[in-house]
Amino acid sequence: MKKPFKQKAFTIALSDCIRQASCELPEDIELGLKNALKNEDKQSTAHTILETIIQNINLAKEKSQPICQDTGLPAFYISYPPKVSPSRIKQCIEDAIVLATEEGYLRPNAVDPLSGKNSGNNLGDGIPALNFDEWDKNAILVKCMLKGGGSENVSAQYSLPCEKLSAGRDLKGVAACVIDAVQQAQGKGCAPGIIGVGLGGDRISGYESAKKQLFRNLNDQNENPELNELEQTLLGKLNKLEIGPMGLGGKTTVLGVKIGKAHRIPASYFISIAYMCWACRRKELLFDLSDK
Amino acid sequence: MNVKKITLPLSANDVGSLHVGDKVLLSGTIVTGRDMAHKWLVEKKPREIKDVLKNGTIYHCGPIMLKKEGKWTCLAAGPTTSIREEPYLADVMKDYQVRCVIGKGGMGEKTAKALQEHNGVYLFAVGGAAVIYANSVESVENVYKLKEFGVPEAMWILKVKDFPVIVSMDSHGNSLHSLVEAKSREKLLFLKK
Repeated sequence: MKKPFKQKAFTIALSDCIRQASCELPEDIELGLKNALKNEDKQSTAHTILETIIQNINLAKEKSQPICQDTGLPAFYISYPPKVSPSRIKQCIEDAIVLATEEGYLRPNAVDPLSGKNSGNNLGDGIPALNFDEWDKNAILVKCMLKGGGSENVSAQYSLPCEKLSAGRDLKGVAACVIDAVQQAQGKGCAPGIIGVGLGGDRISGYESAKKQLFRNLNDQNENPELNELEQTLLGKLNKLEIGPMGLGGKTTVLGVKIGKAHRIPASYFISIAYMCWACRRKELLFDLSDK
Repeated sequence: MNVKKITLPLSANDVGSLHVGDKVLLSGTIVTGRDMAHKWLVEKKPREIKDVLKNGTIYHCGPIMLKKEGKWTCLAAGPTTSIREEPYLADVMKDYQVRCVIGKGGMGEKTAKALQEHNGVYLFAVGGAAVIYANSVESVENVYKLKEFGVPEAMWILKVKDFPVIVSMDSHGNSLHSLVEAKSREKLLFLKK
């Protein structure tokens, strides 16, 4: 029997989590951008752009206003204990989204592809995107991600071998795909980006594992030594492209590369690339269910 | 580098005086327009917005707006990716005499040619810097197609002050975007080795 829980308090905590995701950039990303600024020549366009970006981050936090107007397709990854019903959690998330939209922390972004009509409250078919996982803690963990359309549009999926890139089914082939995707993206995904990569899986799980990488701290190490090395190598190579902040040239094109993997079937080897803009808006909420 | 202060609408002379790399602070009226707006302008040729766009400035932007006590305020207004308007913008410039476009990511060959032909300029705004741009909005003057297009896609008429941009495509045929793209393509070949 599923039990009721503190749904009202949970909804309020969720709407604040969305507000913070929208208005406050995670510290690791902000630090990455500040380091990028130090690297650029003071007279350069790249320097001006990074200064503007950092100024904007500070203003957004101070005034509690959205860092970027494109708050994307709100996505949530939820871990919940067996006693709580996922449909009740879904209801709370939807209520929190409507509230956050009314308050101007989210842009109304749900558009019907047939009628072109915007629902006005960020609810629609498939919106928000919810992913549920059961766990054995007496708490609900919600990871929220707001990823804008500019970066989503330049995300890409490759199938190895890829003749066009002379990329085979090996790590060199993987690197060729990632470099191609970032070169194609130029500044359109709001560089300097964070590059989530998913090796293997199918068309859906590949992107899923790429996207989940974007929750990782910019300064963490991959648990898999081979992937960790590839992440470091790719970070160096991608920054040699000199696409720079917002694609107007410069030394920092990406802030980080994070790679995950999923088993594939023999016929398919997908490389999925989730490009995240510099405004990598993510926030976690751990909601305690004990009666303390 | 010096920052040029310019009052909108841009004169033909203003456009000619701008070169890629110039930093500019814009003051005056701008009109937001993105995907639905460009399609509407080209396919339906609406007359009601002709006067507003004449010699005017289109901003590729889908802002966050909030209505407080009957008055619209702009909370976040950074640029959206311009390249999606590549199929339309040259015609919009020609049909509506739009002289100035603000966006991010740059535009393609067709627009570059249109900028030369119709004496126009593409100004770059920093993607994601939404609060800075919202702060430079002094007032929301009017809005077109709000009901049909929704908040992000509607055409908002905004009065701005010292709106910071960088010239990235000028009327003399130069584009910072194509320079960076070409250079990165060269580097890519080198990285493959």
